[in-house]
Amino acid sequence: MVRIIDRRFDSKKKSTANRQRFMRRFKRQIRKAVADAIDGRSIRDLESGEEISIPSKDLSEPSFQHGKEGVWEQVFTGNDRFASGDGIDRPMGGGGSSGGGGASNEGESEDDFVFQLSRDEFLDVFFDDLALPNLVRTELAKLTEFKTQRAGFTSDGVPTNINVVRSLRGAIGRRKALGAPLAARVREIDEEIEALEQDTTAHLDEIAALREERSRLLIRIEAIPFIDRFDLRYNNRIRIPKPITQAVMFCVMDVSGSMDEQKKATAKRFFMLLYLFLRRNYEHIDVVFIRHHTIAKEVDEDEFFHSRESGGTVVSSALRLMTDIVRDRYPPGAWNVYGAQASDGDNWDNDSPICCDILDKELLALCRYFAYIEITTGEAQNLWRQYEGLTAHHRNFALQRIESLEDIYPVFRELFKKEPA
Amino acid sequence: MSNTTLASKKLPSGAEWTFEAIGLYHEEIARVAANYKLDTYPVQVEMITSEQMMDAYASVGMPVNYHHWSFGKQFLATEKRYKRGQMGLAYEIVINSDPCIAYLMEENTLTMQALVIAHAAYGHNAFFKGNYLFRTWTSPDAIVDYLIFARNYIAQCEQRHGVDAVEELLDSCHALMNVGVDRYKRPPKLSLLKEQARQSERETYLQRQVNELWRTLPTRTTTDTKEEAPRFPPEPQENILYFIEKHAPLLEPWQREIVRIVRKVAQYFFPQRQTQVMNEGWASFWHYTLLNTLYDEGLLADSFMMEFLHSHSSVMYQPNYNDPWYNGINPYALGFAMWQDIKRICESPTDEDREWFPDIAGSNWQETFDFAMRNFKDESFIAQFLSPRLMRSFKLFAVQDDDKKSKLFVSAIHEERGYRELRERLSNQYNLGCREPNIQVWSVDFRGDRSLTLRYQPYNRRPLGKSVEEVMKHLARLWGFAVRLETVEPNGSTTLTYECRTEKRRGDSKEKRARN
Repeated sequence: MVRIIDRRFDSKKKSTANRQRFMRRFKRQIRKAVADAIDGRSIRDLESGEEISIPSKDLSEPSFQHGKEGVWEQVFTGNDRFASGDGIDRPMGGGGSSGGGGASNEGESEDDFVFQLSRDEFLDVFFDDLALPNLVRTELAKLTEFKTQRAGFTSDGVPTNINVVRSLRGAIGRRKALGAPLAARVREIDEEIEALEQDTTAHLDEIAALREERSRLLIRIEAIPFIDRFDLRYNNRIRIPKPITQAVMFCVMDVSGSMDEQKKATAKRFFMLLYLFLRRNYEHIDVVFIRHHTIAKEVDEDEFFHSRESGGTVVSSALRLMTDIVRDRYPPGAWNVYGAQASDGDNWDNDSPICCDILDKELLALCRYFAYIEITTGEAQNLWRQYEGLTAHHRNFALQRIESLEDIYPVFRELFKKEPA
Repeated sequence: MSNTTLASKKLPSGAEWTFEAIGLYHEEIARVAANYKLDTYPVQVEMITSEQMMDAYASVGMPVNYHHWSFGKQFLATEKRYKRGQMGLAYEIVINSDPCIAYLMEENTLTMQALVIAHAAYGHNAFFKGNYLFRTWTSPDAIVDYLIFARNYIAQCEQRHGVDAVEELLDSCHALMNVGVDRYKRPPKLSLLKEQARQSERETYLQRQVNELWRTLPTRTTTDTKEEAPRFPPEPQENILYFIEKHAPLLEPWQREIVRIVRKVAQYFFPQRQTQVMNEGWASFWHYTLLNTLYDEGLLADSFMMEFLHSHSSVMYQPNYNDPWYNGINPYALGFAMWQDIKRICESPTDEDREWFPDIAGSNWQETFDFAMRNFKDESFIAQFLSPRLMRSFKLFAVQDDDKKSKLFVSAIHEERGYRELRERLSNQYNLGCREPNIQVWSVDFRGDRSLTLRYQPYNRRPLGKSVEEVMKHLARLWGFAVRLETVEPNGSTTLTYECRTEKRRGDSKEKRARN
């Protein structure tokens, strides 16, 4: 008899070991591919994996092979026109000897090796760049948050969940229902006995019989259990996705001439990460993009990141616009407002105090949180110096100077602490 | 066939398989196979998921193998093709072991499971047990144990010496895998117990041997220079990995052991690379024959046969050279056709067959099959058994591509004067000696700079491909001193083709000895 062994449940995902080796080895290429992908993606598009392509030459496994030259002889099938001794023009690209040539050049072909990075792997690489702590990673990568909520009562459950009031109420009802006919009969008997006793003729036998029946009925009433198994009611708790709340996230970015592509790419990661953090807490998130130089303008995402403008910088214009939009469309009673501002810190000197003022007096009162990042490698700029003063009396304001991607995360550390899961 | 079986009722049909149904099919297939006198190892069938199957595909078809990124790459590529539906049939993997393990994939239909049992568990199994290459080079009773040992050993090395160090080493070994086999020398049998028992002994012994070889004391050097230094190695060595394992001066014992593991695995797969047409053709012939016999006995439903034949014929499809999907000669198609043809020659030979195959024309086909299966490999099998009739039906033609001529040249076609040449060409195409460059260890300058010299003997003026530089770098990493590659010119002189002068610098005492 044959041995049939079911191995379907052993070593699930055994391949992951080799797959991880692969990812580990090509980390550099994968990181670059992910970086490219991020540049091409919308900041809200973090739900899918990514197709990664790596040049084949990078992952060739060399071995001794013949080159293309020399004499090659190859047998083909399906001769339809050739006779012995015929000459054939060399096909372009060496197709005629492609059998021999192809076989010997394995690993030298120029096609890229393409594979699919899963969503989790994609986020992992993304987080790696941002130097996120592990706990935060898992929290962020979680797809849906559930919350347990009461949902009435059930008739089975664990003892800790017994609802005493409900159970006893049920028991009373049951006892009443079961006992009622008996109690009614008892009352009847009482009346009959009373009637018989008042009768002068002696009905001693009848009375005795009735008394006996009455005591039997009382025993039966007593025998109805005080509480029975099916009286028990348990609190029912179900898991439901977190309550729908909404947030709006403002991305404010300086697009004056001094913000180059590199800085914009950094800013984009900052916005993306904020989006991920917010998504953890809110079911619905609106994103508003405001770009500014000397005047501010609300734009769509593509224009936000890609079109170029230059000129001076008046930051307050953007803050004013944001304040107006919040007042107009996102009343803080119904929306959680988050602001994220990215700039190289260069502002028109006289404008910085105005910005500070707008934030201090108006905007910060409307916002749950406002984060400012200054992407610069040089000295702190005037906007920074002004903003620094705000941190003292506004707990919902954070600022961070960013030189490399790893500096982004600390901005969120505060935010993360404040927002309980 | 006995009458009792004729009376038995049909086997289960329908797409869904159950373990019970597979058991029933297996029983019948085994019975018919035994009637045909197929000599096989006991069969063990294992049911796995598609993911496990792809994983096994990726680790060179072995269920247990050490971890390496290249297997991950293979896995990703296989997975992609699978998801796109580009891998038609044949998710079958069969392990040349005793008992012979055949893998069935959960997603397959009942028909496909039966097909795979007939193909792999009886076809390939009998071939593994009978063919001389497999009998000589592989030890079915030990291979799975050996691979487990290898995986654990390499995992230990990773823990002790770091994943990177082991990965580098494996990369280098893999680059030399094709030149890490004994082609002519018969290998000693491999056994897990012996391996383990002798491993530590070997480690210390080897290290001592190597050190001895490289101990060149100054006093001795002066006396020796007067005589002609003895050649080392005394004869060219074909197995470069073996040479590295035994003689590379700077390798640590664990590194030698890993070189050995890669070499053993390469050697294990060497017969498979030489018998693809024969082996696949043989297995296909038997799945076709076994299932048709069952059908003739009335055991198989028509729906089963329809699905089976559809699958069979799509695997056996051979496109013509000018079809867009032409990708060389399909080994399944050629092999199946050849075995069918041999049976025909045995049973109803034509005059042409009698002239070409006087030995087998009209003989007992089962005996002829057994003989052919046991004693040939692709190259010799084609040279011996490819009939003119088959060359006509495949419309074979040979094209010569000489880079010194402006045109390609049709050297032979399927006609009377072309048969022999055509057959020789096709046979050559399966000759590993022609397909792979002939590179051997030529000498080691062990009194001088310790450099290792390889020699390449070109075949048909073919140069080495570009990858040679990469491979030589890997070789230099293993050898630890300069490595050279010389090409032997047609006139007998040699030219230096490649030289890699990287030298491992190490601060320990061995280094000092080496620099004396």
